[in-house]
Amino acid sequence: MQIINLIKRKIFKQQAGIISVEAPAASFSIKNLLGGKNVGDLVFQNFLRFFASILLLIVVLMVIQMVNQSMPSIKQFGWNFIKNNTWDPVKEEYSAWPFIFGTLYSSLLALLIALPLSLGVSIFLSEFAPRWLEKIVSLLVELLAAVPSIVYGLFGIFVLAPWLRTTIEPALGNKFGFLPLFTGPPYGLGMFAAVIILVVMILPIITSISRDVMKAIPVTQREAAYALGATKWEVVKIILGGAKSGIVGATLLGLGRAVGETMAVTMVIGNTPQISYSLFEPGHTMASVIANEFSEATSTLHVSSLIEISLLLFIITVILNAAARLIVWGVTKKYKGRK
Amino acid sequence: MKRVLLMIVGIIAILSSIVPAQLKLNGAGATFPYVIYSKWFDLYHQKTGIEFNYQSIGSGGGIKQVIEGTVDFGATDAFMNEQQMGEVKSKHKTSILHIPTVMGAVVITYNLPGVGKGLKLTPEVLSDIYMGIIKKWNDSKITSINKDKKLPNKDIFVAHRSDGSGTTNIFTGYLTKVSGNWKSKVGQGTSVNWPTGVGAKGNEGVAGIVKQTEGAIGYVELAYAEKNGLPYASIKNKTGNFVLPSFESVTSAASGFVKNIPSDMRVELLNADGKNSYPISAFTWLLVYKNMPDKNKAKALVDFLKWSMKDGQNYAKGLYYAPLPKEVIKLNEKKIAEISLK
Repeated sequence: MQIINLIKRKIFKQQAGIISVEAPAASFSIKNLLGGKNVGDLVFQNFLRFFASILLLIVVLMVIQMVNQSMPSIKQFGWNFIKNNTWDPVKEEYSAWPFIFGTLYSSLLALLIALPLSLGVSIFLSEFAPRWLEKIVSLLVELLAAVPSIVYGLFGIFVLAPWLRTTIEPALGNKFGFLPLFTGPPYGLGMFAAVIILVVMILPIITSISRDVMKAIPVTQREAAYALGATKWEVVKIILGGAKSGIVGATLLGLGRAVGETMAVTMVIGNTPQISYSLFEPGHTMASVIANEFSEATSTLHVSSLIEISLLLFIITVILNAAARLIVWGVTKKYKGRK
Repeated sequence: MKRVLLMIVGIIAILSSIVPAQLKLNGAGATFPYVIYSKWFDLYHQKTGIEFNYQSIGSGGGIKQVIEGTVDFGATDAFMNEQQMGEVKSKHKTSILHIPTVMGAVVITYNLPGVGKGLKLTPEVLSDIYMGIIKKWNDSKITSINKDKKLPNKDIFVAHRSDGSGTTNIFTGYLTKVSGNWKSKVGQGTSVNWPTGVGAKGNEGVAGIVKQTEGAIGYVELAYAEKNGLPYASIKNKTGNFVLPSFESVTSAASGFVKNIPSDMRVELLNADGKNSYPISAFTWLLVYKNMPDKNKAKALVDFLKWSMKDGQNYAKGLYYAPLPKEVIKLNEKKIAEISLK
């Protein structure tokens, strides 16, 4: 609270500063005093610098707090926290591997399905669709992004899961039961439902950003390509080359949402901490276990283990982010080099 | 801009001078009794002008807040353990009183088309189902106690809560009490390491799974099952009777326990004596400091508690809670008298 008040006061002062500077009569004389430098610019610059530093401060404080509070669990379990498979609040044995596995498995599978779909949609929208259709479809895609996740969760429980259980999963099990992906009894709730919900949730993000990036590529490039006798497919390849870094960024944002998604996933994934590659089996994710157990966790070790999971989730997000950044850099460099 | 700001400040100043400083009691804790508590707080506010601010953050959260001393009272479905009581004592130099307010029960709901209401279950069968030992509905252990019903050759789909909850604590407490196997392998807690089944969030999540899935079994609060008309099983109690959950059979469980209620009121009503007692019944408690620093607040809280034991109990059934039996109310009144007003 105190910090917020402090910030508010500071903002107030800053604003007051800007207002007084912007008064036309005063600005001339002060400007002269500072040797041509505009006071407004100076204040504004510091104002922005202040905001940027707040952002940094929040991240640092968050990490310090998380490490601090997960100390009891780190001391108790050490590396076993990541390696073992047991999560037993009664016997006070905690380990995060089933949750890490569930988070990565569900998110990566969702990305694997969502990426080609979104690329298809965004290429169609930016290169092939007539204007009126493009407008309607983009609007619908953006509408999908605006649906709250709890709505997807309810849809998952009441529509998707029963359908998977009665129709899709038995059929898949009969035809492809020999694959490890489709073994086990059809529960409806489980990894499959979670992946499908995640696909629907990240599809609009990847689609709309990719489309914007493709649209941003100058028309002249397209015209030049066509003038040289390129086919539609070749033009698309050129566009994709130019939009690569943007698409990677979009993918990363989608993955970020999938990794962090809590409500919708916990409603359909079955919440069982186990490691199974079968899509039919229930699983669990890091975000869900925190949401599920935090409010009723009373023992210090339980709370601290949950906080350590959040720390791990944070680390995973940072790693994914860094990896994507590296890819983006690599791609842009290569692209620039080719020029 | 300035004028708008001035106006807002003015309005706030005027409003704050009109509304007199009122006594306000802050509480936090269990979600299960939230419906009746908010009814009580509202009625009591209309009657006396005393305001209650209750946050239903969960039993564990309520206990934490009581230990931290950020609230005037707490509420929980699972009583505080010795260590937690000790923490309060060392931090606030006062002990905590547990006051049971109303009762609830955990019912076993299932989805078996053509079987109808009142499937019979024994503690052993229930424990074996949740251990994953009994896997089919036509297992001889189930059919032998349900001779009047035709049970299908179907897999049992076990559903449980995924979120930490007092309901799970009561249910696993019952299984721990009646089954040695459960006690050694799983135990009791607000979240446990389930041997089998699928976890769903909240009563509505479990009920949702059971409603949609043929062959499913799950546990929910009595209030939730009553409100939504779910079928539930009758459970064999300590005396050997199969008892359906109802307000009467839950209240009876408390009566059956009266002789064994310890002076601090911390007791689980599981597997109670009495012919008509439903075995998975439970109290929900308010947590009150014996010695509150603010005596005005203490007085207000004592008056409210007295009221809740008399008039308050009449609202229980309408809101799907089982009222306390007379014997427990008497014990409670003694407890309330212990709260220091000086």
